[in-house]
Amino acid sequence: MAEFRLPQNSRISKGKHFAAPEGASNVKRFAVYRYDPTSGENPRVDTYEVDLDSCGPMVLDALIKIKNEIDPTLTFRRSCREGICGSCAMNIDGGNTLACTRDINDVSGDVKIYPLPHMPVVKDLVPDLTNFYAQYASIKPWLQTRTPPPPDRERLQSKEDQELINEPSACILCACCSTACPSYWWNSDRYLGPAALLAAYRWLVDSRDEATGERLDELEDPFRLYRCHTIMNCTQTCPKGLNPAKAIAETKKMLAERRH
Amino acid sequence: MSNSGRPLSPHLSIYRWPITMTLSILHRATGVALSMGLIVLAAWLLHVASGPENYQYFRDMMSSMMGILLLIGWTFAFLLHLGNGIRHLVWDAGYGFEKSQANASAWFVLIFAIAGTAILWVVAL
Repeated sequence: MAEFRLPQNSRISKGKHFAAPEGASNVKRFAVYRYDPTSGENPRVDTYEVDLDSCGPMVLDALIKIKNEIDPTLTFRRSCREGICGSCAMNIDGGNTLACTRDINDVSGDVKIYPLPHMPVVKDLVPDLTNFYAQYASIKPWLQTRTPPPPDRERLQSKEDQELINEPSACILCACCSTACPSYWWNSDRYLGPAALLAAYRWLVDSRDEATGERLDELEDPFRLYRCHTIMNCTQTCPKGLNPAKAIAETKKMLAERRH
Repeated sequence: MSNSGRPLSPHLSIYRWPITMTLSILHRATGVALSMGLIVLAAWLLHVASGPENYQYFRDMMSSMMGILLLIGWTFAFLLHLGNGIRHLVWDAGYGFEKSQANASAWFVLIFAIAGTAILWVVAL
């Protein structure tokens, strides 16, 4: 059953305020979720005033500046800083996205930053993605075949067949979509979520894969697939512009067609 | 699901609702409201069947301020659920999944339900 309120240990208290340095003229305020597992205290929201005249354009630039110059205890994941690794996925200004591709100037007012929603928090902006990765592994994201490959070449695909898997293959597993989905919030123990289902679709439509039947069997379940109610938050929030909702609908269609 | 003692990150309280999410929750809420409306519909049929006096009693009750407000609410619930149900049928056929299409159809259904309720009740009253 869905639990709408945050548990007692997760309620957020008011945190510290870090004022802008003297003489700063172009000040933007960042309100950042903080949680220190060693303190025994509840999470809090700290506010940092950052001088944008000496800061890069993206939200990730501001977070790095805060960590380097204001508060070295701030913890977040980041790696590529160009939207391809998916590490810096977080909730910025009410939507899930990558901090490295979100322009600070696109946010009006204070920039509110939280970890990905409805996830166990390891520290500050770092969520525990163990369950998310396990769900990805559960859809067997690799090519399954029964026939032997041709002796003299790879398993080839037509251009049209390749185009079917082009877009779903571009997923970077940042978890923005799954953690934007209310169905996933209430049922992440049994519902696979948009990211894993998009990956499942990628293998369902792969012309070289020979386990389509088994893959569909695995998905035909009131929870694993059918908890998707087409709320569309996944597609609305995907920082790569992919469409998990459509992939899920196509999967449902494949199951409906199989019954005839 | 968190058995590690780790806090749960905030969700409903911080997420900015896209219009499609609003329509989704309205679809569910209007579905519940319509189920409860069935009881009133059944009561109406019972009163019709049990003679003119009872029917007049039911009419008086539903013509009260409270009764009319409820009926307006059910009209809106019916139109929204109907419109959004058709939207779901189109989705089930595999169409309308682009962001712009899903947002446009959400606004269309919402405006259809509000305008439809207004027109029906202006005519009725």
